[in-house]
Amino acid sequence: MEEPKQSQTLPVVEKILSANDRIALENRKLLDEHRVLAVNVMASPGAGKTSLILRSIEALRGHLRAGVIEGDVAGHVDADKVAETGTPVVQINTGGGCHLDAPQVQAALRQLPLDEIDLLFIENVGNLVCPTGFALGEHVNMMIANVPEGHDKPIKYPGMFTVVDALVLNKIDLMPYLDFDREAFHTAVRALNANAPLFEISCQTGEGLAAWVKWLRARSAKA
Amino acid sequence: MHELAVTQSILDIALRHAEQAGAQRILVVNLLVGDLTGFVDDSIQFYFSFLSEDTLARDARLNFERVAPRARCHACGAEYTPPDSRIWTCPECEALGGEVIAGREFSVTSIEVE
Repeated sequence: MEEPKQSQTLPVVEKILSANDRIALENRKLLDEHRVLAVNVMASPGAGKTSLILRSIEALRGHLRAGVIEGDVAGHVDADKVAETGTPVVQINTGGGCHLDAPQVQAALRQLPLDEIDLLFIENVGNLVCPTGFALGEHVNMMIANVPEGHDKPIKYPGMFTVVDALVLNKIDLMPYLDFDREAFHTAVRALNANAPLFEISCQTGEGLAAWVKWLRARSAKA
Repeated sequence: MHELAVTQSILDIALRHAEQAGAQRILVVNLLVGDLTGFVDDSIQFYFSFLSEDTLARDARLNFERVAPRARCHACGAEYTPPDSRIWTCPECEALGGEVIAGREFSVTSIEVE
């Protein structure tokens, strides 16, 4: 006769994203071995992630050698633009995925000449929510807000604003044409993130870029 | 968000522990989920039912223990529960902002098996 089944509780205590976290640590180790500073670039679609990366590469020329991992749902439009500058670039297509994860970045790192790169931009998928949940092995998390999307984004998408090490507010050249409340934006950002530097820039005119690039260079020297 | 991928991870963790213990069936999976993770209970349960169909975890119930956010004031060090708006102001000294000390949890804490 079959014994009556006893139910029991088994302790587990395992982080659900531990597999991703483990690979992110491996990525970090690999980057450190090659003395590469990795910057995770996050923003909504159209905020100017690729524009900022291209502008930064240009400004860093002669000082730091850049590399880029491009994350997009589909296509290689961005990677093509980066490749035109002669910068090593790998395109990841997530095929519908809303964020990059550590295994995707690991595969991309294997295709990059890491000994020829000082600063690696990892352009995450355009999304203000999901990318923050997945460590990639990066040293710096940064995000780009932009004037046309409105000053209320920190209030509507607080998660990303709280975790970043630096913020850029892009498209400030459009400020005169839009009712962007600069003070409300600053107050909301500071409430969520008291310490991260905030750079107001325009990738179109180049205004404010110097301060951002200076910060990047200082951050890279520290690494 | 991206509940399908993380639900697969939850299922993998539960199955691994159940198999190690020689369990016949998983009845309940207990999860600890911080409110700041953005994960949606119903969505995870939906995917779990779908992914677990041919496994030991078929018909298992997911039990979510949610963790409310807690912040520590940058200025005076007071710990407080921030309001939903996430415009965090310290109730003690009214300084803006705070370090997150709870609310980002996301783990499988235990499973109930037979």
